[in-house]
Amino acid sequence: MSQIERHSYDVIVIGAGGAGLRAAIEARSRGLRTAIVCKSLFGKAHTVMAEGGIAAAMGNVNSNDNWQVHFRDTMRGGKFLNNYRMAELHAKEAPQRVWELETYGALFDRTKDGKISQRNFGGHEYPRLAHVGDRTGLELIRTLQQKVVSLQQEDFAATGDYESHLKVFAECSITDLLLDEASGAPRIAGAFGYWRETGEFIVFEAPAVILATGGIGKSFKVTSNSWEYTGDGHALAARSGSRLINMEFVQFHPTGMVWPPSVKGILVTESVRGDGGVLTNSEGRRFMFDYIPDVFKKQYATTEEEADRWYTDPDNNKRPPELLPRDEVARAINSEVKAGRGSPHGGVFLDVSKRLPAETIKAKLPSMYHQFKELAGVDITAEPMEVGPTCHYVMGGVEVDPDSTAAVGVAGLFAAGEVAGGMHGSNRLGGNSLSDLLVFGHRAGLGAADYLQGIAGSRPSVTPQMVATAEQTALQPFHNEGGENPYTIHAELQQTMNDLVGIIRNGAELAEAIARLDSFKERVRAVKVTGGRAFNPGWHLALDLPNLLLVSEALARAALMREESRGGHTRDDFPGMDNQWRQVNLVCRAEGDGIAVEKQPIPVIPSELLGLFEVSELEKYFTSAELAGLSTGGAQ
Amino acid sequence: MTYTAKFRVWRGDDTGGGLVDFAVEVNEGEVVLDIIHRLQATQAPDLAVRWNCKAGKCGSCSAEVNGLPRLMCMTRMNTFAEDEVVTVTPLRTFPVIRDLVTNVSFNYIKARQIPAFAPPAGVAPGDYRMQQVDVQRSQEFRKCIECFLCQNTCHVIRDHEENKEAFAGPRMFIRLAELDMHPLDSKDRKVEAQEDHGLGMCNITKCCTEVCPEHIKITDNAIIPMKERVVDVKYDPLRWLGSKIGKRPGL
Repeated sequence: MSQIERHSYDVIVIGAGGAGLRAAIEARSRGLRTAIVCKSLFGKAHTVMAEGGIAAAMGNVNSNDNWQVHFRDTMRGGKFLNNYRMAELHAKEAPQRVWELETYGALFDRTKDGKISQRNFGGHEYPRLAHVGDRTGLELIRTLQQKVVSLQQEDFAATGDYESHLKVFAECSITDLLLDEASGAPRIAGAFGYWRETGEFIVFEAPAVILATGGIGKSFKVTSNSWEYTGDGHALAARSGSRLINMEFVQFHPTGMVWPPSVKGILVTESVRGDGGVLTNSEGRRFMFDYIPDVFKKQYATTEEEADRWYTDPDNNKRPPELLPRDEVARAINSEVKAGRGSPHGGVFLDVSKRLPAETIKAKLPSMYHQFKELAGVDITAEPMEVGPTCHYVMGGVEVDPDSTAAVGVAGLFAAGEVAGGMHGSNRLGGNSLSDLLVFGHRAGLGAADYLQGIAGSRPSVTPQMVATAEQTALQPFHNEGGENPYTIHAELQQTMNDLVGIIRNGAELAEAIARLDSFKERVRAVKVTGGRAFNPGWHLALDLPNLLLVSEALARAALMREESRGGHTRDDFPGMDNQWRQVNLVCRAEGDGIAVEKQPIPVIPSELLGLFEVSELEKYFTSAELAGLSTGGAQ
Repeated sequence: MTYTAKFRVWRGDDTGGGLVDFAVEVNEGEVVLDIIHRLQATQAPDLAVRWNCKAGKCGSCSAEVNGLPRLMCMTRMNTFAEDEVVTVTPLRTFPVIRDLVTNVSFNYIKARQIPAFAPPAGVAPGDYRMQQVDVQRSQEFRKCIECFLCQNTCHVIRDHEENKEAFAGPRMFIRLAELDMHPLDSKDRKVEAQEDHGLGMCNITKCCTEVCPEHIKITDNAIIPMKERVVDVKYDPLRWLGSKIGKRPGL
């Protein structure tokens, strides 16, 4: 044990996507010695997959846009289950966070007057997404990566060492958070992990940890997420005594590729629809007009003629229903396929070829053109794509204080980005993820800096016992006898989640899922790996399995308890939205070897924010008792 | 549609290794990375490979397939005959860690030596104004997914370890070009490219352009314009004189 590599930092950021890098930049800028620890190479994080853009009410394309409108859209999209304070901070701060990227060297697409261009997206009232073609995530990750490098260059000039204040530990996985519980309440003392390359262990001593680990998509079979999305941060937080909220809400992106089988689930950007693409079924019908829910009737066109006019005259026409929030579109596609009106490979058609000239498609959607051409042999400038829902994003995550991102229940633990819960309520709007990463990544860096100032001299310590336990857990899969191969267990877990906790759920199937997940516990404990410790993907997966299982159970249990349908949670045995349930968050805690779920009232939205909506709209979501105190509405 | 393919995969580590033969199932529409994953799941659970997005967007799964530098996730199996042996080996220019995983830290070290974007003085965040036609040139280079296939194939370093010290490679040249063409970057990059990063060692054989999965015209749009302007700045006697008497510092 004495040979284990040890490092001491002020803050450890776990994850190097948008949230992690933004947090690290802020922490380092506040003078904290900061380590970024990430499972992949630096610059490869899942953020690169984001295509459409960053939502920020800059008003560059439509000057009517402002933070209040963005806030309203976000709350509507989340069906008013969002943590209002997070949605408020997000809408207010997103423009500054985007402008700041330009000072780091980002090059967004421009408007005619030279400002950052903004595009339309589902659920956003005005063109709001800052973008670079359809590779905005790549631009974001590269910009932040290069900002990290520029800070390292400053440190080199000052100290002669690039890594004196900000160091990236790439291809390094954290398996445990180390907790100091001497004073009774848990507080962060550090983190334990392994180098993927060598399999050697590494210990970080640090009073603050920022989780920025992304989501849980790899618990599902059909997903747009990469191997990294194994719910690590969710599980680390829960096992440390923190809590997860909104875990029942999973976003199935309406448009993933459906063919060929090996690429099933890969994302087809919403920009295809924002730029004019329409969805049709096997009968050639634009079926989205049949699926406009009452709560959205006022904002969406009901005829093809009006919808088509909107692309050129958005001020005087309502938007096409293809641009409804993602949960609505995903359910509609699911229903069409179930009704036998699907495409040959079990999706529906998404066609932009008849709407835009080939050159425009190639300019606006270059990576989609490329992706379909190379992976499916489909030329999207000449023929329709086949698309269907794919697991894309988890709204649920660590319960945090909105202003500081401090995780509830564990001192010194912070969470930002997809791993944090609350911001998006029951459904996230496209484009609100990249802005979420920036706004709350920045706040997490600040939160950690404030926390360090507060504890001043009393740093927690890592004990040999903590390290020994973590080491033993990590090596167990090599010692197990007779267990199964991790790939088999993972594939079956994914199939179970896809079949029983997918886009349309019911009580019986969820109960069945929970029973099956229970039987996975012993299998995961007994998992057997072969080979050595150096870059052994089998071992890596074996260590991810407990995390996948924990988040899967949280998801299934919360989904069983919530007896209504809302956003990314659809129960066919409780098909309606229930205003009583809007007042409740479901909170998951680790208990024994499982998950316990309980109800918790959601924070009450202050009347000045409720005043941004018309009462007639609020009545669709709130109980009359809740609205009784509200004098007048319709500030607009 | 389903058939059994013959795969030959390099396995080993920094102490040595060799090609190992596998017979493995292939289904319609699959790519080389799918087959590598099937080998992991069924025959070689500890086979080391890097990958992330599986959609050609992250640049992680670079390898050499039948000797050609490729992203494994974008190499479709139907580009090979069913009886053809498919040989997958790690990138040759970088030291092997294990199996198909190589140590690409060279690229990160070089990236750190290129001075970052220098924001224009006196322009507040939110006040940046640029025309689309002007940002487009740099945007082409920002499409780079850092798969390092260009670095791998570049013959200046592929078989010449001794050149690595002085030569940053095509990926870094497009970074320099991107900054040089950035409408608001306030530094001059040309002389630096020549003197500090080895631009002059490139003899424009365009191998980098050929392997770029993003189809960035590395040689034509970045390297050649940079070389031309270096000549302009460094070797034009009038400009040289101008810079000496302080009338035209840099360019």
